[in-house]
Amino acid sequence: MTPVRQSPTLASRLRPSDVLRVGASGPRARKMRTALSALGVSIGIAAMVGVLGLSESSKSALLDEISALGTNLLTVESGVGIGGGDGSFPEEALAAINRIEAVEIASAIYDVDASVLKNEFVPNGQTRGLGVVAASQSLLDTLNGSIDEGSWLNNATSTYPAVVLGSVAAERLGISTLTQPTYVYIGEQYVEVVGTLEEFPLSADLDRSAIMGQPAAEEFFESDPAPATIFARVENGTIDANRALIPATADPENPEEITVSRPSDALEAQAAADDALTTLFLGLGAVALLVGGIGIANVMVIAVIERRGEIGLRRALGATRAHIRRQFLTEAVILSALGGAVGVALGIGATYLYSSLQGWRVIIPSTAAAGGFLAALFIGAAAGLYPAMRAARLAPTEALRA
Amino acid sequence: MSRAAALEMRNVVKEYPGFPPVRALDDVSVRIDHGELIAVVGPSGSGKSTLLNVMGTLDRPTSGVVSIDGNDTATLSDKQVAGVRARRIGFVFQQFFLLDGMSAIDNVANGLIYQGVGLNERRERSAETLKRVGLGHRLTHPPSHMSGGERQRVAVARALVHEPAFVLADEPTGNLDSKSTGAVMDLIAGLHEEGTTIAVITHDTKIAASLPRQVTVFDGRIESDTALQSSYT
Repeated sequence: MTPVRQSPTLASRLRPSDVLRVGASGPRARKMRTALSALGVSIGIAAMVGVLGLSESSKSALLDEISALGTNLLTVESGVGIGGGDGSFPEEALAAINRIEAVEIASAIYDVDASVLKNEFVPNGQTRGLGVVAASQSLLDTLNGSIDEGSWLNNATSTYPAVVLGSVAAERLGISTLTQPTYVYIGEQYVEVVGTLEEFPLSADLDRSAIMGQPAAEEFFESDPAPATIFARVENGTIDANRALIPATADPENPEEITVSRPSDALEAQAAADDALTTLFLGLGAVALLVGGIGIANVMVIAVIERRGEIGLRRALGATRAHIRRQFLTEAVILSALGGAVGVALGIGATYLYSSLQGWRVIIPSTAAAGGFLAALFIGAAAGLYPAMRAARLAPTEALRA
Repeated sequence: MSRAAALEMRNVVKEYPGFPPVRALDDVSVRIDHGELIAVVGPSGSGKSTLLNVMGTLDRPTSGVVSIDGNDTATLSDKQVAGVRARRIGFVFQQFFLLDGMSAIDNVANGLIYQGVGLNERRERSAETLKRVGLGHRLTHPPSHMSGGERQRVAVARALVHEPAFVLADEPTGNLDSKSTGAVMDLIAGLHEEGTTIAVITHDTKIAASLPRQVTVFDGRIESDTALQSSYT
């Protein structure tokens, strides 16, 4: 006797693994339709993951730049104001700023009225956008710059006709190595290149310059002894105080002509602007995702109408209403999970590709990837709910009347 | 043998609501014992389909008793009735209702899925059953690549795989040519000889006449039942 098996109250039962199998049977049998309906969701998810990944990667590039630059760097410039001054610093401005206690290090650059050419045969006008500046020796330290090859100006080289080239200047002048003595033509004479620099953080002007020592510039090129721009690195926490203090220190006669700016502010503003853009694109991604979800709901409603026969058959084979509901719900979630997985992969791929091309550090926000996938699952479940309930409500006798 | 009937209907009435209500089954009583092969015959509109639905527990009667293997289905919940279908009734339909996306063996295995039988056992039993209906060589073929006769044999295998108390075949040859019809009816006769209980619902009097017992339905009533006649005479 096997009384348990004979019991009439043994309800029908569908194993969880079979719920999955039954739910997958529909999408598996209609591959084209499955791909198309998953596509909508995958576009939405890819957009969201890609936008988050790209914004994280670009922000990390910005933050790298900010930290390379340091947030305690101030740029001091003199402009022609209403005060009637001549728009330039007094000669002793740099020394005065250096005397401020909170200033850790300060340096200046000076305009030099000459152009830098590859050799004497290049016509004088073809400067290729390059310029010549003079600098105090402390400039490199003040700006956190670094040497690519050769050396920075020292006590000797800053008093003789010698230059250090910014990264862009070296490239445009065709100088890739300094293993041989190398010269460029400045003004009316050849000047030795003693070093080349890496890119400066946020000082593109200097990247495009040939930089010589201030004493040499004054002696050989009759440069203006008054600074053009002064860079000052101040103690952290004293930035606002120094911003107020510096103008009067630099030019006691016309302090209103002096402007003090903080280069890292620009980068932070850029980061903030990027955030706003990210939010916008994220919204667009969400709309795409919603449209994808509606697409799935649509396909599922059609599937329920088309597959009445299957629903009736399954009821005849012993499926309960709950089993039918679960089958179609699972099917919708499988479609959206497929779309979600493809979308996450696409988003990560796009982030990787674009960040690599931009030279950014690739940052894949794992929360965005996981969140995107979960959002897809949620959308699928929501989209499948109504079609699944319709399928479950269908009476077996009605469903079998094909 | 004191075993209960495979199917017993007593004074079954099925009314569809309306003004006036439509009485599709009117006081129907019929008993099918284990091992019987019967034909339920009648013209379209006679209540045949309703009878099939009520016999198969796909629809509940308005009044009367339907008991399967001695179990009254009126007292069971929908979920339990679904369990009864999963375990004790096998359906064969005129339109086959095979799923095109899966192989013959998986189609047959669907007959076991709502009993909670594991995948391996489902496939094993399905392969055996397909061999029993003469399709041992087409286990992995999709039904869409099969002839009508072969498809109906797959459907018969699906109705048999869970060893039901009885098989309900609704116009099983309705979509088949005469050659396939002969093959399917031979298969049904063979299964009957092996002891399977089968009710064939048909409007084809020739097919009905070839079966051992005929129940004729007309206007929602049992007009004649050869089993009862023989017991009276």
